Parts: sequence; structure tokens; C-alpha cells
Amino acid sequence: MTLTAIIFAGILTYLTRMTMIALINRDMLGDKIKAVLEYVPSAVFPAIIFPGIFINDFGNFIDMNDPKIFGALVAVIVGYFSKNIIATISAGLVSYWFLIFVVFN
Amino acid sequence: MLSKKQLFTRGMLDISPHMLSVIPFGIICGAIGVELGFHPYLVYAMSFIIFGGASQIVFLQLLSGGASSLVAVASVGIINSRHLLYGAVLSEYLEKLSFIKKLLISYVVVDQGFAESNKFFKKNRNEEFLHYHLIGTGCTMWVCWQIATLSGIVLGSFVPEELGLKFAIPLTFIAIVVQDLKKLDHVIVMITCGLSSLLFFDAPFKSYIIISPIIALFVAALLLRLKK
Repeated sequence: MTLTAIIFAGILTYLTRMTMIALINRDMLGDKIKAVLEYVPSAVFPAIIFPGIFINDFGNFIDMNDPKIFGALVAVIVGYFSKNIIATISAGLVSYWFLIFVVFN
Repeated sequence: MLSKKQLFTRGMLDISPHMLSVIPFGIICGAIGVELGFHPYLVYAMSFIIFGGASQIVFLQLLSGGASSLVAVASVGIINSRHLLYGAVLSEYLEKLSFIKKLLISYVVVDQGFAESNKFFKKNRNEEFLHYHLIGTGCTMWVCWQIATLSGIVLGSFVPEELGLKFAIPLTFIAIVVQDLKKLDHVIVMITCGLSSLLFFDAPFKSYIIISPIIALFVAALLLRLKK
């Protein structure tokens, strides 16, 4: 039963991946649409970033003094100047841990 | 002109830093599935059949919370519908491939792989075997995801929950978009998307994940019009 649902979910997910790659060709997308598609990363990833920071595991907004906000800000600053993915993630995590384990403990 | 092998390796290298967040997240995903009471084989089957991080957790949480299979399947479809946008962007670079190759390569298109390969594609439009970069990012992601979720299933949550490693996921995506903060139009699009995602967070079937990009792309279209 659950396996059937997993298979359907898998087929659906595969269709989301395959549809645009396999069934669309260049002529179907005009220049205007292509120009808008340039923004896809900036238009999609914040929908993962913002809830990941501002909403907790129970679906509620976090307080404005939550360590995650500070960790995210540190990550943005380090990422902006270092242009390094590992430095960005580490800086965010370490500053977050520093707050939860050292400062707020 | 880079060889297929060079492009594949470059893809692997470009995505590997993201494993710092993907691997802990995969372990958490595997462990949560077993903790929620699902059979280990089913939890692993998801990594193979669905292969989509957050959607796997949501699926199991919905089912264990008593939601119908239909609701769980629909939610996975909606969460993963963002791939349609990635596909639309990538189609331009993959159009020369045969239909079968397009079908195969589609299986490994994931968020971080799309992001890194798209950056590479924009700078190296003229490479003949560009798609090998995408195969490199996708396969690296696939292998690490399988190993990480399996570890989580077998060993349970050996990553202590207090570490809050789920927070690594927003951080990995910050690393992807942070350089675009230099461009005002991108900043506006990002803020639109981010605020919309918070505003629509409670929309049914986790649809905020596709509603907010659509709103943000609409704003992007308006910005393009203003620029002219």
C-alpha cells in the first residue's frame, strides 16, 4: 500500500524532472520567457531558505532573537566575500552552534 | 574543448562542497523514516524511487499523521514541481541530446545539481558535451544521497538532534544565491520569493514552494519590462 504510493510519488516526481527537458525545445520558448528564466535560481531557492530559517519544526514563526537568524546573516556575509560554499555553510553552522551551546546555555 | 571525463569530474567537484549539508540531511531523512515506524526497505525505496530530499520527509510525516496516500502523493508532486522550472532553464543546453538521453538525464536533476550546472553552462555555452557536467553533479548527489539515507536507516539518528543540522539546508542554498545579491533586480526577486514563502507557508499541500517562485518570476518579468 505504502509502496504503491511511493511509486506514484516517484513517477510524479520524475515527470516534474523530465517534462520540460524532454518535451520542450528552444523554439517553444521565446526570448522574453528565456530572459525571465534567467531569474529561476533567485526566484526558487529563497522559498527553501526563508522557511528553513524563520519557521520552526512545528510550523510556527521563530522569535526575532533566534540563533538561526544570526547564523544565516553570518553565512550571507562570509559567502558574499569568500565565494566559497564550504566556508559559507561552516560559518553559518559554527556561529549558530556558538549561540546555542555557548551563549544561550 | 573539454572532454566528457573532464566535464563529468568538473561537475563532481562543483557539487561536492554541498555534501557538507546534503549528507547530514540524508542521514536525518533516513532516521526520521524509521523513527516514524516505516519499514526500513520502504524508507530506502523512497531515496531510489523519489530521490527528493524534503519531499521524502513530508511524505512519511503526512502518512504517519494519518493523511491519505492521495494527499501524500499530491504533496510530493507539488513540492517537486519546482523541477519544471529547472527543466525549462536546462532544456536550452540539453536540446541537442537524443530523446532517450534526455529521459535518462532527467532522473538526476536536483536542486544543487541544477544550480551548479546552470552556473557552469552559462559560462561555457560552447562546450560540446556540456551535459556531462550535469551528469557529474547529479550522479554525485545520487550516490551521496543513497549512502546518507541508508546510513540513517541502519544506524538511526547517530547525528545528535541538538546540533540542528537541518539548518545546513538553508545555508547550502544561501551559498548558491549569495553572489547574486550584487544585483538589485535579483535581490528584489529573492525578497519577493522569500516573503511569499512565509506568507503562503500554510497553503495546502506545501504549495508555497511553487506559489512563491511563480510570484517572484512575475516580479522578474515586470522588472525586465521596467529596465527597457
